[in-house]
Amino acid sequence: MTVRRRVLVLAAAFVVLAAAGVFSVLHASARAERRDHVQGVGPRVSAGAVSLAGGGPARMVFRNMAWGPHRDELSSVPASDPGGPRTASGVKCLRFYAASGTGVCLQAVRGAVSDTYRALVLDSRLRTVRRYDVPGIPSRARVSPSGHLVAWTAFVGGDSYAGTDFSTRAEIADVRTGELIASLESFRVVLGGKPYHAADVNFWGVTFAGDDRTFYATLATKGRTHLVRGDLRTRTVTAVHDNVECPSLSPDGLRVAYKKRVAGLPADAPWRLYVLDLRTMRETPLAETRSVDDQAVWAAADTLVYALPGDFGADLHRVPADGSGRPERIAASAVSPAFLG
Amino acid sequence: MYVADSRASVDGAVRPAVAGRRRAALAPTVLALGSVSLITDVSSEMVTAVLPLYLVGGLGLSPLGFGLLDGIYNGFSAVVRLAGGHLADRGGGRHKWVAGAGYGLSALCKPLLLVVHTLTPIGLVLALDRTGKGLRTAPRDALISLSSAPEARGRAFGVHRAMDTAGALMGPLAAFLILRATVDGYDAVFTVSFCVAVLGVLVLVLFVPGGKGDRQLPSERPTLAAALGLLRGREVRRVAVCALLLGLATVSDSFVFLLLQRRLGVPDRWFALLPLGTAAAFLLLAVALGRLADRVGRWNVFLGGHAALLAAYLLLLGPWRGTALPYVVLALHGCFYAATDGVLMAAASAGVPEALRSSGLAVVQTGQALARFACSLLFGAAWTVWGDRAALAGAVGALVVGAAFALVLRPRDGREVVS
Repeated sequence: MTVRRRVLVLAAAFVVLAAAGVFSVLHASARAERRDHVQGVGPRVSAGAVSLAGGGPARMVFRNMAWGPHRDELSSVPASDPGGPRTASGVKCLRFYAASGTGVCLQAVRGAVSDTYRALVLDSRLRTVRRYDVPGIPSRARVSPSGHLVAWTAFVGGDSYAGTDFSTRAEIADVRTGELIASLESFRVVLGGKPYHAADVNFWGVTFAGDDRTFYATLATKGRTHLVRGDLRTRTVTAVHDNVECPSLSPDGLRVAYKKRVAGLPADAPWRLYVLDLRTMRETPLAETRSVDDQAVWAAADTLVYALPGDFGADLHRVPADGSGRPERIAASAVSPAFLG
Repeated sequence: MYVADSRASVDGAVRPAVAGRRRAALAPTVLALGSVSLITDVSSEMVTAVLPLYLVGGLGLSPLGFGLLDGIYNGFSAVVRLAGGHLADRGGGRHKWVAGAGYGLSALCKPLLLVVHTLTPIGLVLALDRTGKGLRTAPRDALISLSSAPEARGRAFGVHRAMDTAGALMGPLAAFLILRATVDGYDAVFTVSFCVAVLGVLVLVLFVPGGKGDRQLPSERPTLAAALGLLRGREVRRVAVCALLLGLATVSDSFVFLLLQRRLGVPDRWFALLPLGTAAAFLLLAVALGRLADRVGRWNVFLGGHAALLAAYLLLLGPWRGTALPYVVLALHGCFYAATDGVLMAAASAGVPEALRSSGLAVVQTGQALARFACSLLFGAAWTVWGDRAALAGAVGALVVGAAFALVLRPRDGREVVS
C-alpha cells in the first residue's frame, strides 16, 4: 500500500470510529431526559416536606431511586406502608442515615475534571449545619442514637495507575463541636489481646452505641476481617469477633447484625446476613439466602432492613432478626433507609 | 526498514540510513510505535480511571478483594512477556504481528466490559487485558531498538516513553469529560475506549513495517534455549543482574505516594493527583535524558536515575518539610523513570543480537519486574513489622548496595554484538 492509501484508510477508519464514539456519548447523555420520565409502575412520588425530627408518625426516610424527576432525593413513607406513595424532599444524596433529628447525607460534587464527595450534616428540617470533605466514593453512613455523632466510610483509590487496589477510610465527626476524627487508622488497635500494628489496617461500617462513646466497626488486615469495639475517649479499638463486615448494633445494644463471608460461596456473592449476640457470642444465620452487601438497619427490635440489587438500582427487603420467617421486599427502587418517629 | 546494527556503524562510520545529516532523524517506525502507545494508553487509562467508580457506583460491588488478584496477575504477566518476546523472535522476526496480537487482545477486552457485570468475569477481562499488555511489550521495544541507529537508541526510547506517558495523562481526563457529559456514562467510556484502541491497532497495522523477509536470517536460531543462553554472555548477564539488583531496591509507586502523603499530610482528595506529578516529570524529561544517555553513556544515565531515586528516598526520610518537598520528590521520582525505563532497554539492546532482540529485552524486563514485585512484598512486610521509616531506610540501604554493585559490574556501554 502506498502511504497515501494508508493515510486514507486510517482517515476513513477514524471517521467511523469517531462516529461510533460520539453516538455512544450522545446515547448516554440522552439518559438524562429519559431518567426524568417515570418508568414502569413504580410508586407515586410527589414533592413535599420531609422531617427528620424525633416523635411524630413512624416513618422511613431513604434515597428514592425510582426513575422520574425525584430520583436520588431523600423521600419519606409511613413505616406502616413502605411501598406506598412517597414524599420527596429535593435533597439529593448517594448515602443517607438519620437519628434523633440529625441526618448525614453523602453527596457527589461535580468538578471540572473529576467528582469530589462531601458529607452534609442535616438538621431535622434537612438544612445543612456542617459540611465535611469525604476522601473518596462514599459507601456507609451512620448517626449515633443521640444524634450527636456521625460516621461515614469511603473507598480511597490507592494509586490511580494500579487501578484495582483499594483501601477504605472510616471517619467520625462530632456534630456538637464539629471535631472530625480524620481516620480510625490513628486509633490504637488491640487484636488477639495484644497491641497490633500493620500498614494494611482498614476500617469500615461504623455503628454507634447509645452512650456517645462506644462504637463498633469492621477492621480488616492480612485478608481477614474482625468486629472491633471502639472507645472514642481512649481512642482504642479492640477486636471481639472474627469474620464480621458492616456491623449494625441493635437498639438495645446487645446484638450486632452483620454480613459474614461464608466459605464455599461464589467470590462475587460471598456474604450472608447473621446476627451476633454480644453476651453469648452466638451467631444466628438469618432467613435471607441471597448475598447481602449492605450495612443492615434495625427497623425495630426484631426486624432488619437491607438493600439488594433491583431493577432501578436497589430494593429494600426485611427479615426477622432471630433467624425465623422469610425475607420480604418492602420497597422497590430505594436505598439507605432510616426509621424515625 | 531496519537500520542494520553493523560493526561499521559502531566504529563510527556514517550509517547508510542517515548519510549526509549530522543528527540522525528519528526513525518513522519509532514515531509510529509512539503514536500506537499514546493512543492505546489513552484507551486503557480511560478504563483504569473509571473502574473504581464503575464497580462501586455503577455496579454496587465491593472492590476490596480486588487487590488480592494483583499479585497473581503480576506473575502471570511476566510469563506472558517472556512468551511474547520468544514468539516475536521466531520465524525471523514477527515482532509486529505479536505486538499487534497484544494490542488487539487488549482492544477486544473493552467491549467485553459492557457485557460482564459481576466481579469474577470482570477480573477475568482485566487479566486478559494484562495478557495483551504482557504480550506486546517486548516485541514493541525490540522494534524500537531494531529500527533506530545504535547511537540514537536512547533518544528513540525517550521519545517513545514520552508519547506513551502523554497518552496515560490524557486518558483519565477524557474519561471524566465523558462522564461529565453523560448520565451513568460508563458504557460510553468503554465504547469510546474501544474505538480509541481499535485506532491504535490500525496505526500499528498500517504504519509499522513488518519485519519478516527484510533481513537476512541470522545464524543464531531464536530458540528458547538460545534466549536463556543470552544470560551466559557477559554483557547481557551484567545488565540483567544490575537491573535485578536495583529492581530489588525500587519501592513500588504506591508506597512512595503513601509515604509522601504521611510525611506531609497531603489531603486525601489531592492524593490521586500525586501519580500525575511523577508522570508529568517523566514526560518532560524522557527525551532529554534519552539523548543524554546517547551522549554520555546509557549506563551512566541509568545509574544517575537511581541516584535521583535515592535522593527522593532520603528527602522522604530527612527532616525537611518545606512546601516544595512534594514537588521535589515527584520531580526526582519522574526523573528516575525518565533516566531508567527506556534507557535500560537502550542499554540492554547493545548486548543482544538482533535475532534474539525481543527475547533478550523480555528477559531483562521480566527480571526487573519480578525484582520490583519482590521488593513490594518485602517492603510491605517491613512496613508492617518495623514501620514506614525503618522500611524506607532499608530500601535506601538496598539501593546503595545495588548501585555499588552496578558501579563495579558496569557493563561496557554501546558495544554491539554482531551475530
